[in-house]
Amino acid sequence: MSEESPTLRVDFLLDTEYQYAVGQYGTRFFTELRDHARFVGVQCLECGRVYVPPRPVCGICYRELQEWVEVGPGGTIVGWTVVRIPFIDPMTGEQRPVPYGFAIVRLDGASTSLYHFLDETDERKIRVGQRVCAVFREKREGSLRDVLHFRLLEE
Amino acid sequence: MRRVAIIGAAQTRFEARKASLAYNELVYGVVRELLDRTGISMREIESMVTASQDAYDGKTISGMAINEVVGAYLKSEAKVAADGLQALLYGVARILSGEFDLTLVVAHCKESEGQSSAITSLMFDPFVQRPLGLDELTAAALQARCYCRKRRITSEDMALVAVKAHRQALKNPYAQRAGEFTVEDVLASPLLADPIHELEAAPRSDGACALLLASEERARRLVDRPVCIAGIGNCTDAYWTERDLAEARALQEAARRAYTMAGISDPAREIDVVEISARYAHEELMAIEALGLHASPVELIARDRASFITPSGGPLCGNPPTVSGLVRAVEAYWQLSGEAGARQVEGARVALAHGAGGICGQNQTVVILRRE
Repeated sequence: MSEESPTLRVDFLLDTEYQYAVGQYGTRFFTELRDHARFVGVQCLECGRVYVPPRPVCGICYRELQEWVEVGPGGTIVGWTVVRIPFIDPMTGEQRPVPYGFAIVRLDGASTSLYHFLDETDERKIRVGQRVCAVFREKREGSLRDVLHFRLLEE
Repeated sequence: MRRVAIIGAAQTRFEARKASLAYNELVYGVVRELLDRTGISMREIESMVTASQDAYDGKTISGMAINEVVGAYLKSEAKVAADGLQALLYGVARILSGEFDLTLVVAHCKESEGQSSAITSLMFDPFVQRPLGLDELTAAALQARCYCRKRRITSEDMALVAVKAHRQALKNPYAQRAGEFTVEDVLASPLLADPIHELEAAPRSDGACALLLASEERARRLVDRPVCIAGIGNCTDAYWTERDLAEARALQEAARRAYTMAGISDPAREIDVVEISARYAHEELMAIEALGLHASPVELIARDRASFITPSGGPLCGNPPTVSGLVRAVEAYWQLSGEAGARQVEGARVALAHGAGGICGQNQTVVILRRE
């Protein structure tokens, strides 16, 4: 068989909807975000780690997590990039205009990190270890969209 | 040779939609219950085998999303994207290798979160089958027609399987669907795809189950008379349109391997309780035949004593995909450990758990459990 001979192609559109249950821990996290514009996590009473987003169990100690604590809204950049090749924004189904900044942020008081937008796209102005603060939307609905982005703080 | 024992099991109730639990909370709940029941701490557990499907979970590498709740943090975890009874098989292999002892086997599915028919259609060939629209139910209906014709099974015979399953399920607190139905009730339930009626097809389900495996030596330190895995067989058949759909050859072969390993020569006499994975009524009849339990499965089902066949009610009474096969082993284990409650088969010492996956049961697994 020659690979150069023309062959046919079958197109198949995979378009299927999911309805994820956010669950008990996630519901409290997003409700706090919506009603009080604040982040909450759960602390392991064995090792002291604070998990954000909250979850049922500490993966390290395997202890059930029930101690709720407020974290942020300030935090520190753990890793960052500026996106220059656009991809589809799953929240809108459209391409977000480039460039835009992305960061992994360790919220103050948390042991794990959240991933969100940065308000800066100039690579020369962003660095690991830099302080940031969450900017919340005025109108919040109980989702990750309630956080507009993280703002770089002056040093 | 080293042997493997089951030292504990847990399952959630099966429900059409567990709306208040995220999938990691669902899995955490069942693992926690297993630890509480066995008194084993997560620190002692050395490896994990999980069963889930990316398409149902709506995310790839679905095993990693539950790594924390199954206690796999910095331990060895492997996922089986197939029926959960295969996860048991791999868990057993891990212990037999000598590398691991206590091994957790967990299966979960929230079928309510995705579009089930669209997901099962992905099993099919994309060139000559999927473009026409095809799902698991439709293929099962085609198989049912083929099998019923060959074995002269009537609509009433098939309905009888559903009657028995739902009656058994009245004794199963984990069942999603149960009831005292008549053959007429079953045949009056909506026709989904001829000849399969609603009560003859497994409902959509959310749920999870878990088992804890140990080497026989370890198990003996924990329980006086451990439930050991005496035999396992697995076999894959040809693609569904390329085999005789009226025959369950892969199941026959899987059973033959499991029986040989367990030293069983007369399964109908030597096995006390059987848990069959039949997502559609005709599959129960096919399995009874293929497992060598009775030459005329309808005759067996019609008898009163048939309560040793799938005493839990089986998948017709709750069927989270991938969980379905593993929960057969959970039930079989409880029958032998005397924890099966109202559905207990008295004096059961040898049990069979059956799991099936793929289109029209292309992949088959048989596990034989034995209590001393």
